[in-house]
Amino acid sequence: MLRFIGRRLLESIPVMFIIVTGTFFMQRFVPGGPFTAEKAVTPEVERNLLAYYHLNDPLWKQYTDYLWDLTPKRFHPGALASGLDLKAAFGIDFRPSFKYPNRTVNEIIADKLPVSLELGGWSLGVALLIGLPLGVLAAVKRNSWIDYLCSSFALTGICVPTFVLGPILVLVFAIHFGWFNASGWYGPIDRVLPSLTLGSVYAAYIARLTRGGLLEVLSQDFIRTARAKGASEARVIFRHALRGGLLPVVSFLGPAIAGILTGSFVIETIFQIPGLGREFVNSAFNRDYTLVLGTVILYAGFIIALNLVVDVVQVWLNPKLRFE
Amino acid sequence: MILRRSLRAAWLGAAVGASLLAAGCGRKAGTAAGGKGGGGEQVLRMGNGAEPQDLDPQAVEGIPELNIIQALFDSLVEPDPHDLHPVPGLAETWEVSPDGLVYTFHLRPNLRWSNGDPLTSDDFIQSYKRILTPSLGSDYANYFYNYVQGAKDYYEGKVADFSRVGVRAPDPRTLVITLSHPTPFLLEMIACHFVWDPLPIKVVAKFGPLGHKGSAWTRAGNLVASGPFMLKEWIPNKRVVVVRNPNYWDAGRVKLDRIEFYPTDDLGVEEHMFRTGQIDRTYDFDRSKVEFYRQHHPDELKLEPWLGSYYYVFNVHRAPFTDVRVRRALSLAIDREQIVKAIMRGGETPAYSVDPPNDSGYTAQAQLQGDLAEARRLLAEAGYPGGRGFPPIHLLYNQNQGYHRSVAEAIQAMWRKNLGIELTLSNQEWKVYLDSLNGHNFQLGRAGWIADYPDPDVFLEIFETGNVNNDGEWSNPEYDRLLHQAMNARTQAERYAIYQRMDRILVDQCPVMPIFYYTKVYALRPTVKGWWPTLLDEHPYKYVYLQH
Repeated sequence: MLRFIGRRLLESIPVMFIIVTGTFFMQRFVPGGPFTAEKAVTPEVERNLLAYYHLNDPLWKQYTDYLWDLTPKRFHPGALASGLDLKAAFGIDFRPSFKYPNRTVNEIIADKLPVSLELGGWSLGVALLIGLPLGVLAAVKRNSWIDYLCSSFALTGICVPTFVLGPILVLVFAIHFGWFNASGWYGPIDRVLPSLTLGSVYAAYIARLTRGGLLEVLSQDFIRTARAKGASEARVIFRHALRGGLLPVVSFLGPAIAGILTGSFVIETIFQIPGLGREFVNSAFNRDYTLVLGTVILYAGFIIALNLVVDVVQVWLNPKLRFE
Repeated sequence: MILRRSLRAAWLGAAVGASLLAAGCGRKAGTAAGGKGGGGEQVLRMGNGAEPQDLDPQAVEGIPELNIIQALFDSLVEPDPHDLHPVPGLAETWEVSPDGLVYTFHLRPNLRWSNGDPLTSDDFIQSYKRILTPSLGSDYANYFYNYVQGAKDYYEGKVADFSRVGVRAPDPRTLVITLSHPTPFLLEMIACHFVWDPLPIKVVAKFGPLGHKGSAWTRAGNLVASGPFMLKEWIPNKRVVVVRNPNYWDAGRVKLDRIEFYPTDDLGVEEHMFRTGQIDRTYDFDRSKVEFYRQHHPDELKLEPWLGSYYYVFNVHRAPFTDVRVRRALSLAIDREQIVKAIMRGGETPAYSVDPPNDSGYTAQAQLQGDLAEARRLLAEAGYPGGRGFPPIHLLYNQNQGYHRSVAEAIQAMWRKNLGIELTLSNQEWKVYLDSLNGHNFQLGRAGWIADYPDPDVFLEIFETGNVNNDGEWSNPEYDRLLHQAMNARTQAERYAIYQRMDRILVDQCPVMPIFYYTKVYALRPTVKGWWPTLLDEHPYKYVYLQH
């Protein structure tokens, strides 16, 4: 198992290298730059701006300088505890942002990532909390009106995009009833609407997967055996069937977590949440080269790590895979 | 194992979620975001567009930053709250030499920074030295060096000795600025543009080299202010809070205790925040909601003239726009009334010249005049009778405001119907669009210009040969000569008379096709008082208060 993990970690280095190189050069070929503004600056001012940010160096030099800044140079993971500082912990320097000159990309990530993670955590909680019971209910009451209700909910949740659901929730609960702020991220109360919006999409998927998984297990022989031995229905469902029925949900959670983390941009905009998803998308519009690279690298790292976790869990759950 | 753990986590989440919901039901919105403030506290909450880049007046360029910087930094003269004409600020009095080149400002006695340090004329000198430091790469350095004697040479490194630049401080309360040419609108510019504000140089130097932007001096706790407010809190993408500055020279007049600026980069979200009472003023407004507000909340909707023009630029080096008759024909063949009434709906007025009216007492007399018959005649004269043989033309525009496309489609239909010519529309992402426009890589382009300070010069100078913002590369020696002559005019009347001649040339030559003059559309809580419509949407905060 350790060899498997080690090999996968080594494999991720060239993947990361390709991502960094591709992003670095692609964004330079896009028209417009960080200083392209409605009121054009004079050539003298532009020269000085480019010099200040070393943008008039040859491109290969900018690239190699940047790669060197990215290379981990030390290993003090303890430093992460006091504020997620990747520079103090590993010597990884994402450099200052172009758009926000008084902040470094390291700082922006350290500020914003916890917010996105918190939003993701709550949303995942909402997704599981709504999705699992609905799925179980639908499977147990198969082909009854309860099943149809739960399945319609799931289908609606999958079909209605977050940018429709979010504003509707705001209109009803914030503007009409006045229970919540329309947007913002101040008190615990501000977590409710965004988590519901982002969580409901995943709740829908989880409900469908749970129903499907559970139905498959319920039709198997050992369930009939359990019933024949006189086990109560609740015991059959929760003790025997649910464990196996949830397997598809578990393997769905890996990509779901990645999706929640990287896909929170819309939610963060609708609710004006100071998270990293918004910075990620806006940095591309602002041609904020360093922030684009920093966030891309971070998200790529997340996806690589989560995929690895899912693979490890699958190998662990399924002994057949261990020898492949 | 893993299943049980994830289930347990889910139940835990359920319990916390339920308690959150319960808490939510019992609480009224608005309070979490600062709310109305307890005990009659005067708190103004502003929607402020994008997240500010920085709060260093020498390192920023946008309106969101300007809105905050106005609260934090004072200048020699301030804009009057009614019409923005310059009134005494940090300077109590000033004299101008007869040739209009030397301005001597006398600072108020006992001026202090918010940390108690004395504010002297040397702070101005050091700040001006900083903005001219090439390594700082200040976006607006040209607003300074275009006017001050010797400043451009210093900025370009031709002169290393800063004493050659036309700014002097003979004593701590006197500042002398010598200009390279008379600049009749200097005071308006100082009042409204932050490049002239003095910085707390000692504080700036404490946090990094003066010639570098991006040091920590602008963060809450570090930033030292000279204006009516000082920085209390700045959490990026969340809010910026400023509180009353007790060391401000006019602190007695300031009525607000606090101003909170909220980044609001989505029109719909911002309007929701206004409706739930989270903000008192929106930064911008969705045009599709204007009619609803006009009917149901007329006291909250503000439609105010804004000193700006919306127009299409002809690239005069690309056929068929090399021919002035074509430019004129196209300009005459659109129905501007229809565009402002049916599409814009925000009280905009049709534009028949580039200069918006009533700009510091100036209104262009030259107006685009002529009917459809004349447009068709001009087009025929240019060799395209009835639009026959007219080459394909493309409009470059951007789509981050909903109405650009609608206006373009209306004009496309009008030209097709009135002149028989075809226009294709090409929509580009904001920065790509700007890059095409600045690189003159277009045939016909959508553009707009909004003034930084109230003076007609703002609109006229961009048509000078070689101006970086002259995207259509139109050039006219007589126009350039008049612009230069206007700068040296002895009186305002003489200068405006020259501007009239320049506007005449613009109307005759049509380097651009004016479409409408902007209005500023926003929502404002009726409880906000001491707030007057001004042409730049600037509302000096020290006069603002809330009346519940």
